[in-house]
Amino acid sequence: MSSDTTRGGPPSGRLGTPDQMAARDAERVRSAEEAARRRRRRKVVGYVPMVLLALFFLFPLVFMFVSSLKPDAQILSDIDSPQAFLPVGDISLDNYSGVFDRVPVARFILNSVLVTTLIVGLGVIVNSMAGFALSRLEWSGRKVLLTVIIATLIVPFETIAIPMVYWVSKLPTIVMENGVPMYDFGWLNSYHVQIVPFIANAFSIFLFTQYFSTIPKSFDEAARIDGAGWFTIYRRIIVPLSGPAFATVAILTFLPAWNQYLWPLMVVQQEELRPVMVGMQYFFQINPAWGEVMAYTSLITLPVLVMFLAFQRAFVSSIASSGVKG
Amino acid sequence: MAMPAQQITPHALPDDDAAATGRARRRARSAREGHRSAYWMVAPATLLLLLFLVVPVLLAFGLSFTNARLISPNPPRFVGLDNFVRAFTSDPTFVRSLVNTFVFAAVVVPLQSGLALLMAILVNQKLRFVTWFRVVYFIPVVTSIVVISILWDFMYQRDGLVNSILDTLTFGAVQGTNWLGNTSTALPAIIVLSIWQAVGFHMIIWLSGLQTIPEELYEAARMDGANAWQQFKDVTWPGLRSTMVFILVTITIQALGLFVQIDVMTQGGPRDSTTTLVYHAVQQGYRRQETGYGAAISLIFFVIVLVIALVQRWLTREKD
Repeated sequence: MSSDTTRGGPPSGRLGTPDQMAARDAERVRSAEEAARRRRRRKVVGYVPMVLLALFFLFPLVFMFVSSLKPDAQILSDIDSPQAFLPVGDISLDNYSGVFDRVPVARFILNSVLVTTLIVGLGVIVNSMAGFALSRLEWSGRKVLLTVIIATLIVPFETIAIPMVYWVSKLPTIVMENGVPMYDFGWLNSYHVQIVPFIANAFSIFLFTQYFSTIPKSFDEAARIDGAGWFTIYRRIIVPLSGPAFATVAILTFLPAWNQYLWPLMVVQQEELRPVMVGMQYFFQINPAWGEVMAYTSLITLPVLVMFLAFQRAFVSSIASSGVKG
Repeated sequence: MAMPAQQITPHALPDDDAAATGRARRRARSAREGHRSAYWMVAPATLLLLLFLVVPVLLAFGLSFTNARLISPNPPRFVGLDNFVRAFTSDPTFVRSLVNTFVFAAVVVPLQSGLALLMAILVNQKLRFVTWFRVVYFIPVVTSIVVISILWDFMYQRDGLVNSILDTLTFGAVQGTNWLGNTSTALPAIIVLSIWQAVGFHMIIWLSGLQTIPEELYEAARMDGANAWQQFKDVTWPGLRSTMVFILVTITIQALGLFVQIDVMTQGGPRDSTTTLVYHAVQQGYRRQETGYGAAISLIFFVIVLVIALVQRWLTREKD
């Protein structure tokens, strides 16, 4: 790797007179001091671009949180001064109560919490079971199915969104009419249309398959001798040993589920079924009062941000592990 | 394979022969049971993927050759290549979407992957608080793109924060404009916020690539007198090849799928200067309920994604 780099410094191996040696020693000490000083300087210099970048990534969000606490007139008058980033002046939670008065934002949040919880919860169960069968059981068709599942990773959701709206509008469903269950068609405007299509996830299956195959097979065989069924092995041995895989999959499916926008925009028209992101877009369209808009965006950003900061190590390592896909 | 089993139950089977046949029988039974259990365990995921991934993909192909509408009393009718001919010959907005999408991707892919690499190198330094810088750069990634689009929409206004900051930094030399209301500035403005939002994600991917390069290689290079640039060129970069493939593929696909920013901020305007493939597909296929035509645009999008992913993979494999 380094063979083609040029060799610097004096040619080694030649000794010379004691005088020359002493001179070289002094030279070496001096250059070591010089190097240490350079390293220290480089350290300080190293912080400068990092701090500038940090300001670049933080300033819009600080501006958002601060503005959500100010009346509109003050937001606009503060824009030309550093006060835009400081919670000073006429600070209150009025914008927040304004949001709650105008739209059923609590309902939107509840909808999103419900949808996200079910996608993540059912997702880890369904996908980890599939990953278990694909990594630890021998059966015909296993390799083919795994290959097909990995191949589907190339399909972006945007490709199938339009045909899928058409497809779910034709799917059978059961509706209650005057307390009598009736057979009907169309999944539009429901909770399940926001949940069911996103439970199975090819990438989650792939991650579980990868992780499970690192657990020694001898564990299964020992349990088989003791008469355990495969489902018991999955539940009692593999699941408890795979905490990191479950955390990774939960985090990687939580974010897109909470942030869902395109899909609910198309399949949910009823206000009481809307998730937070779509609800916010409607709110944004009807209400030009920036303070309240910033209050809404802050309201749905804060919980995720707090969660991220609390579990940042797990978040970051999940994202890093998603890079193995390539 | 049988060794651990024997270690666990050394007393159960004294006779070697019986042990062998017993084990074989048990393994056969276990394989059969394994079969049945396996089918049960993959069934839910497979069924769901079939219903909500495979069927829609097939429908994307099928519907693009029909005049299907979302809500219509008439069944879809086969119309051959009409939808594709229409897109390329009589729908200027589609052509504009195609161009905009490519321009967006052509700018975002190199800028975002380069900036992400630079940031990864910065936060890979052995400095105090470096983890906290990583966290800060990553915050926009966990923030919803809808939130970010609304926030930047506000900041991009004529008397908004962006113009105020530009004015301060350049001592009034730069005259601000209504960034999103101008045909020449709307797409660049969206490019900036898109990179701002997503670059932290790819920084983390680069960083995990950087951390797989053994420290000894750098030590060896330093002993050979390699300077910082030579270390990067000869140690870091070759070690990042597979990471680079992944990053280029994911950023390209993500960039080609540009939708939310457009839908929230500009609705394709002003004068189609920000309309994109996915946005146009949703406009036609959903808002105007022309499912067949929308499916055709989605399919064109898919083919582009597929071709680019394959080309990138092939290009980068060639050099190995």
